[in-house]
Amino acid sequence: MMNYSSTRSDPPETPDTAAAIRAESLNVVRGPRQVLRDLEFTVPRGQITGLLGPSGCGKTTLMRAIVGTQAKVTGTLDVLGRPAGHPTLRTRIGYVTQAPSVYDDLTIRQNLDYFAAILDPGHTAADRRHENVTRAIADVDLTSHTDALAGNLSGGQRSRVSLAVALLGTPELLVLDEPTVGLDPVLRRDLWNLFHDIAASRGATLLISSHVMDEAERCHRLLLMREGQILADDTPDALRTRTGSETVEAAFLHLVDEAVAAAARAKETTR
Amino acid sequence: MTTTTSTTTTPRPAPTGALSPARTTATAARVLRQLLHDPRTIALMLLVPCVMLFLLRYVFDGSPRTFDNIGASLLGIFPLITMFLVTSIATLRERTSGTLERLLAMPLGKGDLIAGYALAFGTLAIIQSALATGLALWFLGLDVTGSPWLLLLVALLDALLGTALGLFVSAFAASEFQAVQFMPAVIFTQLLLCGLFTPRDNMHPALEAISNVLPMSYAVDGMNEVLKHTDMTANFVRDALIVACCALLVLGLGAATLRRRTA
Repeated sequence: MMNYSSTRSDPPETPDTAAAIRAESLNVVRGPRQVLRDLEFTVPRGQITGLLGPSGCGKTTLMRAIVGTQAKVTGTLDVLGRPAGHPTLRTRIGYVTQAPSVYDDLTIRQNLDYFAAILDPGHTAADRRHENVTRAIADVDLTSHTDALAGNLSGGQRSRVSLAVALLGTPELLVLDEPTVGLDPVLRRDLWNLFHDIAASRGATLLISSHVMDEAERCHRLLLMREGQILADDTPDALRTRTGSETVEAAFLHLVDEAVAAAARAKETTR
Repeated sequence: MTTTTSTTTTPRPAPTGALSPARTTATAARVLRQLLHDPRTIALMLLVPCVMLFLLRYVFDGSPRTFDNIGASLLGIFPLITMFLVTSIATLRERTSGTLERLLAMPLGKGDLIAGYALAFGTLAIIQSALATGLALWFLGLDVTGSPWLLLLVALLDALLGTALGLFVSAFAASEFQAVQFMPAVIFTQLLLCGLFTPRDNMHPALEAISNVLPMSYAVDGMNEVLKHTDMTANFVRDALIVACCALLVLGLGAATLRRRTA
């Protein structure tokens, strides 16, 4: 079982030089299925790490485990020096689910005002909250729609409202589940520029999932996943060099073929 | 998203477990703001009980005594039903839209969320009960011996109970269809057994025993105490306390159905 140390007393937080996320023999079971098998990886601080793999490979489950909303997690999973799901992490992590989770019957500003009041409550913080909300709306380029009901927005706009909520309160770790799905190329480019800006200027760590391989080139590091396992944990350049491929997509396919062949060989020898 | 029991060792209860007044009021304000964007729902919540009472008054045109009995009981039952429906749908939407998961990943205590909902819908219940009680007493000639303030108090406790029940059953409803079907299951059963149609001691002993453990029975008993006595009787205090305790108990159960970690 995970997090036993936390049940005794809070361990002193490890220095900031340590990895943002560290997993060791991490397993997750959903129903009868084992979704994540024996994961072991680290995500460095202050960088953008891409989590890539086909749909259904366990990306969302891994992200939910990291933000502490996934049940039946075993093994070690440390986030920002604390066991995943630790109460003190709740103000330090921004999480954006794949489906936009905002109130459709509130305007953009009302949505953000509410979530800001949860993160930073009290009358004395009102001015700071107002600034934060205005900045977050500007970050996702929705200033012209501030007073529109979220339910009346397009799909791409709604997912940007959801992203804006995660940008409130300047989190140290941003976990974004397919934030650019369904967006046009211009917006995608702008968002990726924003992600790089957040990593560079605020020193935040970003973990961004995608099943679009061309987005991989924009990440500092990549975690390639397939069927609940990590195929590779490296920089895009190193991946291409190692597999002798032109693109990350080709590198991924190469690694998949390798894994399939290895599994077949293993079967062969056990027979 | 299911909320089945899990074997995870979740970290100890959050330090946010204690109620935070600022987060509670922010939640209540948010819930009311959502309703403000939906004026039709507000109008229905406030007007339908009044229309029902008005109808009832003239259905029993020939026997004002019956209207007194049923009318007083209904003043307690309306807020319970309305709040049950509104809360169960609202929290179900919160669960299915992903906003609940998002909130629980933030430093929001479960108590804050529940108290916020109770506060918002409680406010609405006060307005609804005040309207219905005022109409019944001063325009429809409902003959009540006790103080109208006591009627209002019971109505408010009933609204709280409705909120609590709605919150609780929403955990077991996977869709709005199921949530609405919980109303007949949870509310109509109590409605039949609460003594509205016939005094509870006239029922089959088995049913009377069941009605003794259902909270709505005490809501109706409390209303009848106000109807018949000028001052606050010991029975009234007992009934009001039972309804209040049931509401708190079910709110606690409802809080237990909000899980930070789900499968």
